[in-house]
Amino acid sequence: MEIHVKVNDKPVTWNVSPGEKLLDVLRRDGYLSVKFGCGEGDCGACTVLVDGRAMRACLLLAGQVEGRAITTVEALGTPDAPHPLQTAFVECGAVQCGYCTPGMLLAAYALLRENPKPSEEDVREALDGNLCRCTGYKKIIEAVLLAAERMGRS
Amino acid sequence: MSPKRDFKVVGHSVPKVDGMALARGGALFCADLLPDGCLYARVLRSPHAHARIKSIDASEAEKMPGVHAVIHHGNLPRVMRTTAGQGAPEPSPYDFTTFDVKVRFVGDRVAAVAAESPELAEAAIAAIRVEYEQLEALFDPRRAKQPGVPVIHDEPDCKVVIPIPYEPGRNLASHVDMQVGDMEQAWGEADVVVDREYVTQYAQHTPIEPHVCLAEPLADGRLRITTSTQVTFHVRRIVAQALEWPVSRLHVVKPRIGGGFGAKQEVLIEDVAAFLALRSGRPVFFELDRSEEFLSRTRHPMIIRLKTGMKSDGSLTGVDMDVLSNTGAYGTHGLTVSCNCGSKVLPLYRWPRIKFQAESVYTNLPVGGAYRGYGATQAYFAMEVQMDEMACTIGMDPLDFRLKNHIRKGETSPVFKALGEGSEGVEQSIGSTGLAQCIKKGARAIGWKRKRGKPGKGPIKRGLGMCTLMQGSSIPEVDMGAASIKMNEDGSFNLLVGATDLGTGSDTVLGQVAAEVLGVGMDKIVVRSSDTDVTPFDVGAYASSTTYLSGEAVRKAALDVARQIKKVAADMLGVSHRDCELEGGAVVAGAGKSVSLAEIAMRSLYEKDQHQIAAHASHITHKSPPPFSAHFAEVEVDCETGLVKVRKYVAAVDCGTAINPRLAEGQTEGGVLNGISYALCEEYLFDEKGRMRNDSFRDYKIFSTRDLPELVTILVPTYEPTGPYGAKSVSEICINGPMPAISNAIFDAVGVRLRTAPFTPERVLAALDAKGAE
Repeated sequence: MEIHVKVNDKPVTWNVSPGEKLLDVLRRDGYLSVKFGCGEGDCGACTVLVDGRAMRACLLLAGQVEGRAITTVEALGTPDAPHPLQTAFVECGAVQCGYCTPGMLLAAYALLRENPKPSEEDVREALDGNLCRCTGYKKIIEAVLLAAERMGRS
Repeated sequence: MSPKRDFKVVGHSVPKVDGMALARGGALFCADLLPDGCLYARVLRSPHAHARIKSIDASEAEKMPGVHAVIHHGNLPRVMRTTAGQGAPEPSPYDFTTFDVKVRFVGDRVAAVAAESPELAEAAIAAIRVEYEQLEALFDPRRAKQPGVPVIHDEPDCKVVIPIPYEPGRNLASHVDMQVGDMEQAWGEADVVVDREYVTQYAQHTPIEPHVCLAEPLADGRLRITTSTQVTFHVRRIVAQALEWPVSRLHVVKPRIGGGFGAKQEVLIEDVAAFLALRSGRPVFFELDRSEEFLSRTRHPMIIRLKTGMKSDGSLTGVDMDVLSNTGAYGTHGLTVSCNCGSKVLPLYRWPRIKFQAESVYTNLPVGGAYRGYGATQAYFAMEVQMDEMACTIGMDPLDFRLKNHIRKGETSPVFKALGEGSEGVEQSIGSTGLAQCIKKGARAIGWKRKRGKPGKGPIKRGLGMCTLMQGSSIPEVDMGAASIKMNEDGSFNLLVGATDLGTGSDTVLGQVAAEVLGVGMDKIVVRSSDTDVTPFDVGAYASSTTYLSGEAVRKAALDVARQIKKVAADMLGVSHRDCELEGGAVVAGAGKSVSLAEIAMRSLYEKDQHQIAAHASHITHKSPPPFSAHFAEVEVDCETGLVKVRKYVAAVDCGTAINPRLAEGQTEGGVLNGISYALCEEYLFDEKGRMRNDSFRDYKIFSTRDLPELVTILVPTYEPTGPYGAKSVSEICINGPMPAISNAIFDAVGVRLRTAPFTPERVLAALDAKGAE
């Protein structure tokens, strides 16, 4: 079946089979920042934004996103001008292995759009579905708060 | 000699060299690198805990269109070996071949296929018909050596390749023991003798990226394996062994990897992908799913009996530790993990008499392996809970008890020499320790004097607990790391290291060491690591070795390059090379005389006496200097539900010089939270057939952001004379503290000792009930 979506603001048409997961279709189409971690919606490594909301690409069938706008980390800043979240993640040491990072960034991005001045509790709540085994989360939370502060100032 | 400490790059929290590329979601991981025409591998796994394969019929799978290879014991060579990614000859038994005629745990390999899609591979797996003869299974490690129980490795060709005890006929995968002094005297002199048993559980590393690799046949007849590994060079050696190939025909590359924590110090999936690629002539991608990852490698569950004696003034009289380690179906890392229970734990205190015995036994359960902490984690639970109990018994502050008894700078322990890696260890004395500072600073940060012993009223009680720790830094006289450095036209340098960055930041840390020597910023160091065709050898990322061991190899290579640079510069400036210093991207020789590194490089490459400024160095260590740490936990125990919450956790750590303080903090925070999660909730559950019941993140809970307590990391700098710029290790020690510190805090809160982990609400309630019934 044919699916029409926008990925990172670009109109895309996919030919997918009915059972195909959004995760697999995105990766096949070159959006490799979307990671496989568990395939069961438990780890958040495949988080993407669907119409601005953070969702698990491994739990969505490609057919379910017909007409929607999907955002991946590829769209979050450019090499010369990374997004403040990306800069803060690198500065704060929030990236260790980096495998959970794209999902974390998108969950944080969705949070900051809804709530530009989050408390630490808000950040913990928003990132709770994204597992990281390297960092102990502390520096990730610090990075999101730092990015929020900088984005508020600019 | 007072060491130089006004470093320009070392000691600074420079950003990780790969940080931004990762934050931009770059295609840097194995699964991002699949070529066109790639096939997908799947493995057929045993539904039985113990069975003999009577027959395999793969004919239907082989006939399926799009299925390009099917492999099983009937069509592959039998090459006994170990999956342990250790140096050669490995101290782990050769009890494994790619596919055996027997399966030894639920999830063991039976066959594998390569097909054009994952779905097709799955279908092909389902089409393989296997007839099993089910055998009685053994699940209880305490029964493993009893006569009449099932023998798990009854194959005649399992063996060990170094002279170590190995009795597969009694399910004994390893045995080690040592004794110094007369134990009867130890107990006779003691005013207090405590004798307890501690039990730890099965747990998994759960890297968010599972084990994954890609095997590609190359046009020249070689095979390239891109793999998520901690041990790139051991992968090359061990896959070559499996294929019965020379290593020269293999090219092994480690891309960015999504965490390892020891799970990937194992050559676990590369052999399957390699065989499938060779059979099909196509690239083959093999990625474990999450449930398979849980059955890959685990932390050895242990039963530790610990007997300790002391006098009423708190001085120690002796220790006897007896470890029973469950290595599961295969003996990989069995010996060395259990050795570490002694070698990384017993030297922490000044025991006048020491007895240690450790056995690892086979069972029909998932396989143990390397896991951050590597046996010290399990043994520190026993040791540090018992030290707390001993201190409490004589009414001494547990903190003062440790301050009184811990090993000091300049002192040694007979354990260092007695326990090595399947052979004798290496004698060493302590060259640096900040443990006393760690204890004092940590106590202040948690409010030890103020808050301890005040559980409060109401059903929720508060408590504080602490523990002290040491680990090592590399395996002395065994591990080797090497580095090459060459200079480029613009005064930049390629740093090539065999060392493996698994997200820890070792590429950055090693780059900092090179930059410090060469007097340049990090922008002038281009790091390439872990590529068997390109970089020199390194044992890989394990045994807390990279910073200390590979870092010194980098420093030596950089010093050689610096010497060569100075020689050219001296000629250019008309001065003696002895007057030349490298700083700020130039060579400076006294007032006003300087020449940039770019000019030096251009001259050496194009203009005069042309040569490549380059050097190469190897390093082995003769010591394994311990980092030290003191951990403090503040907990709340809900006496009605049994729920334990960690409110605050302080880890004060002496890792020598922190080459990159922020990365050192990150290691500590990550290890601490993993340890807290292990202490409170992580545990494999099995059904009566030996099948893991909770093989998903939904049912095997690891801590997430909402569970995170306030974490405080305090770096206590010391200077280790044998390490690069005074550095020791930092990555493993941090995971060992939470289990004992939390158990001790629970005791402070509610007066019960938890000696079986994890401390689930059920176990805490049962302990409270048992106390109430007394």
